[in-house]
Amino acid sequence: MKSESQTNWAARFAAFLVVCVLVLIGIGGLVTSKGAGMAVPDWPTTYGYNMFLFPISQWHGGIFYEHSHRLVASYVGFMTLILTVWLWFSESRRWVKWMGLAALVMVAIQGLLGGLRVTLFKDQLGIIHAALAQVFLCWIACLAFVGSRWWKCVQPSTSEMVVSRSIKPSFVVASVLVFAQLFLGACLRHQHAGLAVPDFPLAYGKIWPPTDSTFIETINQSRTDVRDFKPITAGHIHLHMAHRIGAILVLGAILISSLKARQGFAVGHGLRSLANFWIITVCVQVCLGMVTIWFNKPADIATLHVLVGAICLVTGVLGSLALARLSFPATDLIRSAGGSTSNPQIATV
Amino acid sequence: MKLNPSLLVVAAVLTTLQAVSAADIVGKITLKGTPPAEKELPLDANCGKLHPASKPTTRFYITDGKGGLADTFIYLKDGLTGKTIEVPAEAKVLDQKGCEYSPYVSGVQTKQKLAVKNSDELLHNVHATPAVAGNKESNQAQLPKSKDLVYSYDNQEILLRFKCDVHPWMFAYVGVVDHPYYAVSAKDGTFKIANVPAGEYTLEAFHRKGGKVTQKVTVGAGNATSDFSFTVPAAP
Repeated sequence: MKSESQTNWAARFAAFLVVCVLVLIGIGGLVTSKGAGMAVPDWPTTYGYNMFLFPISQWHGGIFYEHSHRLVASYVGFMTLILTVWLWFSESRRWVKWMGLAALVMVAIQGLLGGLRVTLFKDQLGIIHAALAQVFLCWIACLAFVGSRWWKCVQPSTSEMVVSRSIKPSFVVASVLVFAQLFLGACLRHQHAGLAVPDFPLAYGKIWPPTDSTFIETINQSRTDVRDFKPITAGHIHLHMAHRIGAILVLGAILISSLKARQGFAVGHGLRSLANFWIITVCVQVCLGMVTIWFNKPADIATLHVLVGAICLVTGVLGSLALARLSFPATDLIRSAGGSTSNPQIATV
Repeated sequence: MKLNPSLLVVAAVLTTLQAVSAADIVGKITLKGTPPAEKELPLDANCGKLHPASKPTTRFYITDGKGGLADTFIYLKDGLTGKTIEVPAEAKVLDQKGCEYSPYVSGVQTKQKLAVKNSDELLHNVHATPAVAGNKESNQAQLPKSKDLVYSYDNQEILLRFKCDVHPWMFAYVGVVDHPYYAVSAKDGTFKIANVPAGEYTLEAFHRKGGKVTQKVTVGAGNATSDFSFTVPAAP
């Protein structure tokens, strides 16, 4: 029982870590939105200082965002270390222990990627860094979920199992589409090509914009942003248009999945609520995307677009996981995971 | 003292030859059309204090109001093949003052030193972002009153961008060419490329927003004149 209580607290700790990771993603988003990714040219030091001893008086301009990102990232790394050790010694399910260890490896790789992006001047590393952040967020959220009382205790009814099995594929597909869309978004953001097409719903006044060299040259000559980003290319325009098409696909996939869940589960059921939340989230996300274009990509709106995208993804992943959990009787799942069915909490539910 | 007449003749011939074999290219850059309004730079509090009177703006089209266009980089694009060109010993200087780079557009010869200084009481990071292979990207911190950062580039690049990520509105553009025959137009649009050896050249004028224009120019005994005209591009 002591171990069970400890893992419940570990799950709560993981849930808190999810919030911390969201904050970290938000600050990371601001770093890119503000174009401050290279404001601290050295790593792991900060202007030659130990990162934790860099004087606050020097935190101005782009340094504020980049240095804050590094400090919060260090905090998240430390919290992940605590979670990993905690799970290793308190968790009875071996696969959860290994999930904890994988989280630690992931956060270490993530930190390394962030540092190398600065020292090697590689936008590509920034894109991978952004994508891995989303994976890490989902991973920690899953750790919190599989440690929850609901996960351990729920006894799905036969009808729940049938509905869950039928809805699960559409949730998984929608979640994969959301991740692909976030990856496209990361590619756009890290090449500062979010406004490669500056109008919406049309694209340079057309359904599909031209991308010949004369047109591209005109675009670049006409850009008068205070920050001089690298020139727009035809590839940036195609990427931007792919992101728009991706938005339609994601919106459709989430609406279909969520409406199925609303039909399949009764009022008050957790998955019905999650489906409602997912619909709201994706609608907000689409609106943020449009506002980002219409208002010339304000840093706070563009960052909010990243953050709501992350919430959209984690909602889909947790929904998929919940449906997977409801697709099998509790005893089957525990046996397949190598656990014991003699757990009194499960037996009493 | 008695002068040797033959020496005098040789000296006179050499002087004449030098005058004939090198001359200046002068001209004016003009802009047609109405440029977009410049935008106020979003200075932070520290940089704002350095500009109490008026906030600086972007420098897309700096004109004299009479058609003259500044900050155009003009250089000999070709025609120098076979001519021996030495690398100047003195360094060109790029300053950071008032949270802006100065000059905004300048030139440097390949392998010549470019010293970047920080005249501000603020920290900057000097981030060189070349796009031509062989010119190395670098990003270095520069504390107030610290020594100059010195750069040099092996390959021609029109224009190589310097930026500060701490103050993301700070940019400078440096034309890197294989020879000393370049100029940047003044606010009234005029320019002068001095002591160009006699010959036929292609002269290119490059403006960051206006694009580029090339002309043939022949340098002989007297100064050559080449005027360029740019048109504000229509919005796509």
